[in-house]
Amino acid sequence: MKRIVYREWLLQPQRYWGLLAILAAVIAVGGLSALYMEHHGHWVTGMTNSVVWGVPHVFAVFLIISASGALNVASIGTVFDKKVYKPLGRLSGLLAVALLIGGLLVLVLDLGRPDRLLVAMTTYNFSSIFAWNIFLYSGFAAIVIGYLWTMAERKGNALQKPVGTFAFLWRLALTTGTGSIFGFLVGREAYDTAILAPLFVVMSFAYGLAIYMLVLFYAFDADGRPIGPAMLKRLKNLLALFIAAILYFTLIYHLTKLYGAKNDDIETFFLISGGLYTGLFWVGWILIGGLLPLGIIYHPELSQRRDWIAAACGMVIVGGLAAMYVIIVGSQAYPQEMFPGYSVIQFGAPGDIGGQVAPYSPSFPELLLGFGGVGIALLITAIGVRVLQFLPESLADRDVDPHASARSTA
Amino acid sequence: MATIMTKGVLLALLAAVLGVGSAAYAEGVGDFVLPSSKAASLENCVEPTEYMRRNHFELIRHQRDETVYGGIRGDSHGLSGCVSCHVGYDDTGAPIEIDAEGQFCRSCHAYASVEMNCFDCHATVPRGEAWNHEVAAAHAHLTGSAPIGPTAAER
Amino acid sequence: MNHENESMNQGRRDFLGAAAGVSAAAVAPGVFLHTPVANAAARTDPVTDLHRWGLLVDTSKCADGCTACVDACDSENGLNLQSKPHGQDELKWENQRAVWIRKVKLQDNLTGHVTNLPLMCQHCEHPPCVDVCPTGASFKRADGIVMVDRHTCIGCRYCMMACPYKARSFIHEQVDHKLTRAPRGKGCVESCNLCAHRLDSGDISTACAEACSAEGHQALIFGDLKDPMGPLRQALAKTPSRQIRQDLGLNTGVRYAGI
Repeated sequence: MKRIVYREWLLQPQRYWGLLAILAAVIAVGGLSALYMEHHGHWVTGMTNSVVWGVPHVFAVFLIISASGALNVASIGTVFDKKVYKPLGRLSGLLAVALLIGGLLVLVLDLGRPDRLLVAMTTYNFSSIFAWNIFLYSGFAAIVIGYLWTMAERKGNALQKPVGTFAFLWRLALTTGTGSIFGFLVGREAYDTAILAPLFVVMSFAYGLAIYMLVLFYAFDADGRPIGPAMLKRLKNLLALFIAAILYFTLIYHLTKLYGAKNDDIETFFLISGGLYTGLFWVGWILIGGLLPLGIIYHPELSQRRDWIAAACGMVIVGGLAAMYVIIVGSQAYPQEMFPGYSVIQFGAPGDIGGQVAPYSPSFPELLLGFGGVGIALLITAIGVRVLQFLPESLADRDVDPHASARSTA
Repeated sequence: MATIMTKGVLLALLAAVLGVGSAAYAEGVGDFVLPSSKAASLENCVEPTEYMRRNHFELIRHQRDETVYGGIRGDSHGLSGCVSCHVGYDDTGAPIEIDAEGQFCRSCHAYASVEMNCFDCHATVPRGEAWNHEVAAAHAHLTGSAPIGPTAAER
Repeated sequence: MNHENESMNQGRRDFLGAAAGVSAAAVAPGVFLHTPVANAAARTDPVTDLHRWGLLVDTSKCADGCTACVDACDSENGLNLQSKPHGQDELKWENQRAVWIRKVKLQDNLTGHVTNLPLMCQHCEHPPCVDVCPTGASFKRADGIVMVDRHTCIGCRYCMMACPYKARSFIHEQVDHKLTRAPRGKGCVESCNLCAHRLDSGDISTACAEACSAEGHQALIFGDLKDPMGPLRQALAKTPSRQIRQDLGLNTGVRYAGI
């Protein structure tokens, strides 16, 4: 087998600096939005005492679970010994760290008191899943950096498998933890179910891979590196598997809720009468994030074309954001049921919401903060691949797996 | 420790000799006690002045946890005590926010350039106190009256 | 299982309470343990679990249209000093300002019967908000009061996600006016603390219950859940009551009669 050669990203300087400038601008706008929210207080956002987590959390949670999903590609190579995935490992690790940092920044900048980050780092309540996640996140970043070292440094190669396995188990714990942030909340109808943890795990597989593929395509196109059709096929088939898993777990989630008569109302809300949330569920989560990309990936002609596969990845990402919006915002907008058998006809002063769907319309600063997080993740990736050898020179089939290409030409 | 105590006593004596509360004294180096505040008429703070200058935050922080977790509000080391004693008053007799420019907390913290964020949440003038020395004094006359009517804070 | 435990605990507590009552009566009659009125001084020892403060709401006595408890809470805890940020929408502001107690009006879906009740922090024995708080800022005092340590609250709002009663409020805006007894600032979460400042000053009352009595409704009874001779336990013994979301097994300190 040929030795895999890694090279820094060789984009023309003008294009490269242009890209960095655009990302820096997105990040600057995000940073200014955070300052604006911090200076005035959260009243300038769409968030209220009813919908306490808004669009920043949609982006943050999406980025964090995508981070652990992006690492999967490396795990398949080292943990499951699929040789063809080995050349993809370094970018996978880099992207995982970058997405995690982007997500965490959004999360932190949306705190009421971001200046007290030190308090969050020094005082822990170990019965809180949130506190556990602080460890899971920082541990993840540290482990993945170690993992990258074992991949890049010849002396560390022997450690690659144990470290990679540990990283894989850790990322499963991380996404389970993130899902449990919601799954263990007993006070809200839409949560309070352990299935949110595995649902988040399969979501992370799909979203992380979709982002990985898009970044890979862009980077390889930009400096003319080849990706072989067999490699492309593997990646897209893997994505299809993950999308199908999301659809399956989504089905189970709703069946679980539907089975209990007490949850009929929340199911009606999500599936039929919830307006925006129902629309986002069917059109965003199921159609754009699930059925359409599956259709493209298994279409006899479209599936052969890289731009269509890239479009499918984009759809998975859009669908993922819609799914996060439904899970995070929709579940809060739905009223908490405190009085079964009663209708709430008045709840505090008019405008104070109880017993009816809470309004929420995201403000611009919230959206821009979310985009800023995406910008951070991409900027770290762009700088990483430029200064260090993350990208393999070629993913042409004959370079990656000569036997496979021999088989396919035979 | 002993030297600090001695210094504190000496300082207190010195202050007494010079006449506490005079405008000249209030403008002495590092001394920001306002002539209009109650503190100006007292010999020293709840602890010796020199000790307070260096360690008031430790005392406040300790008291803060006692109050939040233990519900102990009667001690003299609480922030509300600081405010009620050190707040300055304008010509009409209205209290001036203690973290305003030129006022006790602000001017010393500006002098020492130390950040202060107590007043992100805490009241800057005595208003609706749950407990202070006056309330304590009022309570001293209270023997077994039913807790109906004005609250402790309003008495 | 939960219910069993709870009733066992309750039983044990009753026994202990009664035993304490008997011994107190035997050793030193009239000692402050059961006569809060004589204890009208600020405490100098930390609160203990000898008391657990709670409320009984008799919804049949809660009058339609009366907001005495809400108004009293607002002025007691400086909530009326909050001001709508310039340019904010009126209705949205109502959903962003801090509210510790609210009047809720319910209608039975089958019978159409209308019930009024005040809803505030239920001061759970096992509070979900305390479980989820990453820094431990949301905590339960030894005497059962669930509150927020503003000094360590980072404003993550996970407690608000977890609370089944929508009892908590996030401070969305800069707060210019506040009372010494009720600190309040942008970026932290807060909720009803059963007028802890009163209790700590030896005043065994809450603003809401006091206002309700002053109106002559007596729909709110405040007291010590661990004192079998106290007014709260006496009232609870006479009236059937339940907890909101009793299914969650949180053993709330606020109980409701008539729903």
